[in-house]
Amino acid sequence: MAAKKVLLRFSSSLISKPIVYRLIKDFDLTFNILKATIRPDEEGEMVLEISGNGENYKKGIAFLKESGVEVLDTEKKITKDEERCYQCSACTGVCPSGAISIDRKTMWVSFDPEKCIVCELCVGTCPSRAMQVRIK
Amino acid sequence: MTEEMKVKKTYAEINAKIKKGEAVVVTAEEMIDIVDKEGAVGAAKKVDVVTTGTYGPMCSSGAFLNFGHCKPKMKVQKAWLNDVSAYAGLAAVDLYIGVTEIPEDDPANKVYPGKFLYGGGHVIEDLVAGKDVRMKALSYGTDCYPRRELESLINLEGLNECYLFNPRNAYQNYNCAVNLSTKMIYTYMGGLRPKAGNANYCSAGQLSPLLNDPYYRTIGVGTRIFIGGGVGYVVAPGTQHNPSVKRGENGVVRAPAGTIATYGDLRGMHTRYIKGISMQGYGTTLALGIGVPIPILNEEMAQATGVSDEQIVTQIVDYGVDYPQGIAKSYGEVNYKELKSGKIMIDGKEVKTASLSSYPMAVEIAETLKDWILKGDFLLGEPQDLLPSADSGVSFKPLKERM
Repeated sequence: MAAKKVLLRFSSSLISKPIVYRLIKDFDLTFNILKATIRPDEEGEMVLEISGNGENYKKGIAFLKESGVEVLDTEKKITKDEERCYQCSACTGVCPSGAISIDRKTMWVSFDPEKCIVCELCVGTCPSRAMQVRIK
Repeated sequence: MTEEMKVKKTYAEINAKIKKGEAVVVTAEEMIDIVDKEGAVGAAKKVDVVTTGTYGPMCSSGAFLNFGHCKPKMKVQKAWLNDVSAYAGLAAVDLYIGVTEIPEDDPANKVYPGKFLYGGGHVIEDLVAGKDVRMKALSYGTDCYPRRELESLINLEGLNECYLFNPRNAYQNYNCAVNLSTKMIYTYMGGLRPKAGNANYCSAGQLSPLLNDPYYRTIGVGTRIFIGGGVGYVVAPGTQHNPSVKRGENGVVRAPAGTIATYGDLRGMHTRYIKGISMQGYGTTLALGIGVPIPILNEEMAQATGVSDEQIVTQIVDYGVDYPQGIAKSYGEVNYKELKSGKIMIDGKEVKTASLSSYPMAVEIAETLKDWILKGDFLLGEPQDLLPSADSGVSFKPLKERM
């Protein structure tokens, strides 16, 4: 199975419980934590890139849901509005994942959604608001 | 210019060639190689016009508009366009909307850093796009202008006049901004991470209009320009025009220096070249494209327009403490080739760079202006007065506060 990105939301009551590690232990899944935040009101949010056996993936996701974790199939993603982008390159200074790159000869800015970890740093940085958060 | 020039051309001669379709026009990027290969005199003989371009945030911009008289008539005292306040202290139905004005109910930086999603720059973009804008107006009423309240949709088609009148555009060079404090800051130069975590710059470098005419020999009042996708003019020296900053041996300023005030009718502009933008934690402004043609009157202008990124330097300035406190201090000089490489060295540390000015759009504007001139659609405007130059004594005064 190809790696799949999911957005997990943990309510404050779940924050202290070890849940995610059981994806490895019980379901033999591997994951990359692309982003993890705990908000001031203690709600947690995590973006995982999960890979492993397809059947185990389904069971693992079912386990997360049973545990009370909100699993968004509708994955958040960043899109670039080419009409609004005016190729200034401000976003290239903040992108940590290499999703935004620049051709140093032409100074043309490109965005590769595959490499994006949805950290959203570019969204606030972009002066023309070309970088946008979308729910798939 | 004491020494005799080997090549001498006049505006009239160049315009005659443009009309006949015989003028040789190149962009400032293309001119670099030509001057390199053929020398200044050879390049001046060959090339008639060099086109420049820049596209970036230009905060000192705004639009005058006259929306036509309503019945009964009204002398507008206060006005809002899509809730953004416009200045009405003019004749009855004239307004001025500035690009950094934000809606009255915008939370600004109360939730830090503020998003500033809509402001005067966006109102102007909406007008250029042909969209309806909601106008609200109040007044006290007079015998000749009795009406006190007005609310109506307006758009570009229905307005009598609507033109940009920008007090300061196209800065000749700009600072490279870093933050040497220990906390993240949000500035008009973008977000700056603590301890020089990143460096932002804002100039088209070798394509920038005033960097290609460092002593303002050809750019002045009446110079016809590309502005926002349409045609406009340089109307005056810009505010804070400061020709007295230090210069390199090539005459190019090593810090922010000259500026131009510009005019351009919104009709004829395109939202590709004029956009309302939001600087996180700072405010709204306008991203605007400007292109200036430079006539190659002699070898001095050929040499000047042959300038390349490597030969243009700017100062590294701290926006964490120095800039807000009015401390003029430089943490080193960098050239635009280095800035465009994506990293510079500051105090032995590698720092990532990013630009707020768009180089690809600057290229597009210089190319577009070249096409206009080659087609014979765009003639050079001979300036009636040049901008004050390095020998003028004009400089940039700080305020002396007094009571």
